[in-house]
Amino acid sequence: MTKYFTEEHDTFRQSFRAFLEKEVKPNIDQWEKDGQLPRDIYKKFGEMGYFGLNRPEEYGGLDLDMWYGVVFDEEIARMNSGGFGASIGAHPMLALTHITHEGTEEQKQKYLVPGILGTKVGCLAITEPSAGSDVQSVRTTAIKDGDEYVINGSKTFITNGVLSDFLVVVCKTDPDQKAKGISLFIIDRDTAGVSATFLDKLGWRASDTGEIAFDNVRVPASNMLGAEGQGFFYIMQHFVSERLAMAVGGYAASEYAIEVTLKYMNEREAFGRKINRFQVLRHRIAQLSAEIEMVKQFCYSLYARYAAGEYVVKEASMAKLLGTQLADKTMTQCLQMFGGYGYMEEYPMARMFRDTRLGQIGGGTSEILCEIIAKAMIDGRSYKSV
Amino acid sequence: MSTFFTEEHELFRQSLRAFLEKEAIPHIDQWEEDRRTPRDIWKKMGDMGFLGLSYPEEYGGLGLDFFYDVVFNEELGRCNSGGFAITQQVTQYMSCPNILKYGSEELKQRYLPGIISGDLISSIGITEPGAGSDAQNISTTAIKDGDHYVVNGAKTFITNGVYGDFIVTVVKTDPEAGAAGVSLLILEQKMEGVTSRKLKKLGWHSSDTAELNFDNVKVPVENLIGEEGRGFYYLMNGLQLERLVAVPAAVTGCETAIEMSLQYMSEREAFGRPINKFQVLRHRIAQLASEVEALKAFSYHCCEMYANDIYDVKLCSMAKLLATELCEKVATECLQFFGGYGFMEEYPMARMYRDVRVGTIGGGSSEIMREIIAKIVIDGQGYVKPKSSGNGIVERKASTPGGNGKSDNGSTDTAETTPDISIEEIVSGIQAKASAVDALGKTLKFDFGGEQITIDGTGADNQVSASNPDADCTINLSKEDFHKLVSGNLNPMNAVMSGQVKIDGDMGLAMKLQSLFS
Repeated sequence: MTKYFTEEHDTFRQSFRAFLEKEVKPNIDQWEKDGQLPRDIYKKFGEMGYFGLNRPEEYGGLDLDMWYGVVFDEEIARMNSGGFGASIGAHPMLALTHITHEGTEEQKQKYLVPGILGTKVGCLAITEPSAGSDVQSVRTTAIKDGDEYVINGSKTFITNGVLSDFLVVVCKTDPDQKAKGISLFIIDRDTAGVSATFLDKLGWRASDTGEIAFDNVRVPASNMLGAEGQGFFYIMQHFVSERLAMAVGGYAASEYAIEVTLKYMNEREAFGRKINRFQVLRHRIAQLSAEIEMVKQFCYSLYARYAAGEYVVKEASMAKLLGTQLADKTMTQCLQMFGGYGYMEEYPMARMFRDTRLGQIGGGTSEILCEIIAKAMIDGRSYKSV
Repeated sequence: MSTFFTEEHELFRQSLRAFLEKEAIPHIDQWEEDRRTPRDIWKKMGDMGFLGLSYPEEYGGLGLDFFYDVVFNEELGRCNSGGFAITQQVTQYMSCPNILKYGSEELKQRYLPGIISGDLISSIGITEPGAGSDAQNISTTAIKDGDHYVVNGAKTFITNGVYGDFIVTVVKTDPEAGAAGVSLLILEQKMEGVTSRKLKKLGWHSSDTAELNFDNVKVPVENLIGEEGRGFYYLMNGLQLERLVAVPAAVTGCETAIEMSLQYMSEREAFGRPINKFQVLRHRIAQLASEVEALKAFSYHCCEMYANDIYDVKLCSMAKLLATELCEKVATECLQFFGGYGFMEEYPMARMYRDVRVGTIGGGSSEIMREIIAKIVIDGQGYVKPKSSGNGIVERKASTPGGNGKSDNGSTDTAETTPDISIEEIVSGIQAKASAVDALGKTLKFDFGGEQITIDGTGADNQVSASNPDADCTINLSKEDFHKLVSGNLNPMNAVMSGQVKIDGDMGLAMKLQSLFS
């Protein structure tokens, strides 16, 4: 029993960890090679309830508190596959979050229920070739035509972008406007005009990251998710939990890296002793451990505040900024501890190093986070829950 | 943060802050220039009930919880004078807790009311010209001669050493004995043979820092704190508080620097706009503020543990390390925001920049902090994470009799039932480990009370036997704890530092437990 996690949380952690060790860990190398996850792992997650931890029971969820989500993210980070984590996480956390909060009853039945079961997989498509940080400048249009919308445009860097069954897509219903012209749509993969290609990446290789083209894609008007012109605000709304989750990924992966590194340093010998005796290396480990512990406690304190209803936009941005910076720093230093073996793909650090590098880019670049924090602190900008 | 502070804490804060703004802050520039803080400010604080916050009422203290101390340090940190803050930080948290925890009733009555009323100021005298981080290597002696000790030696870098009243001094009562020959003895500046030299420093100008010389100082034996030979162990028990105390003040110091910088940047113009419009500067503020916010949360977490009687060596060391390093980063970057004015003493950043520089040195250098953390994280493979989860908080463990057997969370939760093990099994169990390390050079005995085993390291290698000779070092512990040590479920360093195992004799030999049991 601890301040944040109860015995129930701990039991969940044990069983989730055992599940991952059995169903995921042995397959990661293969999935990294394949460049995608097999469908059945989503089903297995669904069967175990892992996609519905915080979702309402009426849709098949378990209606548990957000600390279960923290445990989930911490344990996933130990699998040493950013790609696995991204795909398995984007489905419930990005796609299903929007369906849960903005979906109609019909949409929830069609997407949330099978989503929680893992029989349908979703993705969230915001970024475009010419618009990443500058979300308001997206160019994919959704133009009303009778009782349908016609969608044209392209998206890129979309996790689950190639293989997902449905896509939650950010479109301009009013191209003359900025934020207020944005709406969300649910598009089924098999709709005519939707095509996608795999992207070859430095890391996250187990995830099917896609570039997607929408060529005169026609969807019923009932496929709009939420209200017209509110899409941008819906996206902003969920950034707090997304950023906190990425911060967790940052420190949890760092912790795991330290673990594997300590193990190696306790075996590897040089100059007549284990390399964990060398003061310089010891002090690096000590420094990293201290920073990891700090970021971890910071994140926990923010989750507590968030759970209590505080809309911690600035702080969540701070946490994501620090967590992902720390992960980059940790991975490169830990890779160094392995010497030449650190550079070999056969050893864990190479993949961790590659995978971590996206952390400061996706989910809000470090630069954007600094912009947000600066606006809050200097210009007195405050954010309210929508 | 209302999870930690009640309305009463906040009322205390308002009253302390108002006091400091009226009675201290307007004078700090002068005190810095004078290289001296007049004593009456402490008396005023004592009168207001701002001192001795968590000291017992019978000595004039307020018996309040630790978070009042946190508020106290936070408010001190906002004064932008490390020299001003350190006077009471040393007296209340580094010097006198030794008297409170280990001193006789007579000593407590003699000294504690005075530091609580603000009439007395005290020091902790550890560091010597030839020994700082390597505190075991101190050479000030205190040789017993009838009803007094004769003290000879020198100390340096002693805060409050010039104008203060007494010094909790770390001395060798047994110069042959290494760490186990160290005792704590109260000396007073007015005693014959005590001389001081005021040191000129880069910062902390309002604090008097002394080099002290002890020339055949006669100190009554009553001034011994606790028992002879236990001084090192007492000190180690107090280190967590010493480190932790710096942290809340560091946080508010950084916050104040950022606040002042934001104010300046909103007024100062360049290239046709207030300089808070330049993206590079904005992003620096964002980065610094993020790190300060994280440190703040971490600080409260560590303070909360401490308030719950969990003396976590690793956490306190981490917090001190990160806080002091962040202060340096914040000070230098915020000074930069002020441009040329940052370099002017008339503006606040110059003093902050000078003051924070000692933070990574005093109270345990950053290097020592990393050594400690490394020993726990790397060598303490048996450093047990509580069964519960990854965040390291455990339920409070009742303190053991004697007041200082509080264990940190390295050894609490794994209450596995140990089967009753025979001495023979223990001997064979440890022989392998003993053979794997260099001969100790001395004899080390484990006394389970009734049964003993001894490692004889005087020969070419270490021989273990179930025997009970006089040994160079005896470790008193339960069989259960010994079993935990051997099986890696109890970290030797933590067990020693928290008093879970008692050491008699050569402390240096006890320090080798770490390598023996890893």
